Amino acid sequence: MAALLEVSGLKAFYGQTQSLYDVAFDIPMGGITTLLGANGAGKTTTLRAICNMVRTDGTIRFDGKNIRGMATEEIVRQRIAHVPEGRGTFTTLTVDENLRIAAYTRKDKQAVKDELERVFVYFPRLKERIQQQAGTLSGGEQQMLAIARALMLKPRLMLLDEPSFGLAPLIVLEIFRILRRINEEEKVSILLVEQNAALALDLATHAYVLETGKVVMSGPSDVVKNDENVRKSYLGY
Amino acid sequence: MEQFLQQIASGLANGAIYACVALALVMIYVSTDHINFAQGEMAMFSTYISWQLMSWGMSFWVAFVLTVLISFAMGVLIERLILRPLHNAPVLSIIVVFIGLLAIFNSMAGAFWSYLIKEFPSPFPKAEFGIAGVIGPHQLGVVLITLIVLGLLFVFFRYTPLGLAMRAAAQNPQSARLVGVRVDWMLALGWGLAASVGAVAGIMVAHIVYLEPNMMGGILLYAFASALVGGISNPAGAVAGGFIVGILENMVAYGGNQLEKATGIYIIGNGEKLTVALIIVIFVLTVKPAGLFGRVVVKRV
Repeated sequence: MAALLEVSGLKAFYGQTQSLYDVAFDIPMGGITTLLGANGAGKTTTLRAICNMVRTDGTIRFDGKNIRGMATEEIVRQRIAHVPEGRGTFTTLTVDENLRIAAYTRKDKQAVKDELERVFVYFPRLKERIQQQAGTLSGGEQQMLAIARALMLKPRLMLLDEPSFGLAPLIVLEIFRILRRINEEEKVSILLVEQNAALALDLATHAYVLETGKVVMSGPSDVVKNDENVRKSYLGY
Repeated sequence: MEQFLQQIASGLANGAIYACVALALVMIYVSTDHINFAQGEMAMFSTYISWQLMSWGMSFWVAFVLTVLISFAMGVLIERLILRPLHNAPVLSIIVVFIGLLAIFNSMAGAFWSYLIKEFPSPFPKAEFGIAGVIGPHQLGVVLITLIVLGLLFVFFRYTPLGLAMRAAAQNPQSARLVGVRVDWMLALGWGLAASVGAVAGIMVAHIVYLEPNMMGGILLYAFASALVGGISNPAGAVAGGFIVGILENMVAYGGNQLEKATGIYIIGNGEKLTVALIIVIFVLTVKPAGLFGRVVVKRV
């Protein structure tokens, strides 16, 4: 299977502090890949590095093209959607505006309308709240809104930063079910960063484990899941 | 009674000007968290440009439209060339740049056009405009033009994709980048729009205060008061604040005059208008720091 995203020798810096050391991984076309690791291992930084939101070095190839160093908004326009940590809701805008903003460069109004309807198939609850101020949504709804907004970009690759964060277990399951559907029905490849390793390994086909800014293990999820160290450190049994 | 209505009417006209400048301040504030102290001087400079265009023989409205466009370009250029390199600079550096811009525009205007006070025409015909005895043609025209400008801005921000992108960029720049919005350009556009709105205010007020390099000094203070009264982060509030301050200052002077007539004691009058405006600022900041219409952002986690 061809790789959609190829990362190699990736270093990232916050000021003088280096937080990634030669990280390398591939994301297969159409697959779901997860990035596991403890707090501070560099998971979020890796996602931020892909979108040039931190200072980086190395190569990041998307669909064969080097995107490292491009401005964040230009990377997004290559159809890489990043659902950030903390959801990045536009709290003072309505749900409708939060979604439409992702399509603001498109001229075809009907196409945007169709797109909205398509997104509401996955998130019917957002449709009920369409004119509500986004800051008043529940945490789960805001997470759904963030994923829906990413979908409006018609992404080929979706980067998700801890979509389960701070949510009730049932909501988390619902969101993960939706992610699987999005992956299958929309042919969106997914790179998932998660604290909840068990859940992430169930969803993903491939997994990488980060420790203090380095990849220490990788492979198909099934293999990673059964690894002694991963089990003890991340799955807790 | 007629005098009372006159005072309200002239308060509305002044308020319209304050509302424009306050809106310009708020537009930059919401996207950068900075108050552009040079906003008034930029408006003054724009007004000189329109005066120059008219003295070259253009009609008022042609000069008006051209000036608004030139001011837009000027605002965009200032942001791109001067403020862009300072995006990550400490607040104080940026304040120093604003004050520098203020001084530069002031002395450039003085150098190009001299400090002599110039008369500035009003475009509104006496015959068809105004309501005799209550509101003069120019005052009514100022209010109308302001309302048109505010209406256009409202439609732009509320109903166009670009307006939405600008609001998104102001509210959450990082998220805006992540949906492909070119946030830096949105900032520059915001500067352009603010400069344009300021230009409208300058051209409208110049007939009343006459054209000279310091004409916007007091107005900027009133506009600042308006923005704070209405809520510095709320454009609609700033506009409402403009009208409130405009009417209030006239009411203070009017009330003082009536009091003097009745009792013979002078307590407050025209001379204290600006003082009153500043007292309003301090009062609002103490009692209601977010302003009368300041948005308390509702947030659930």
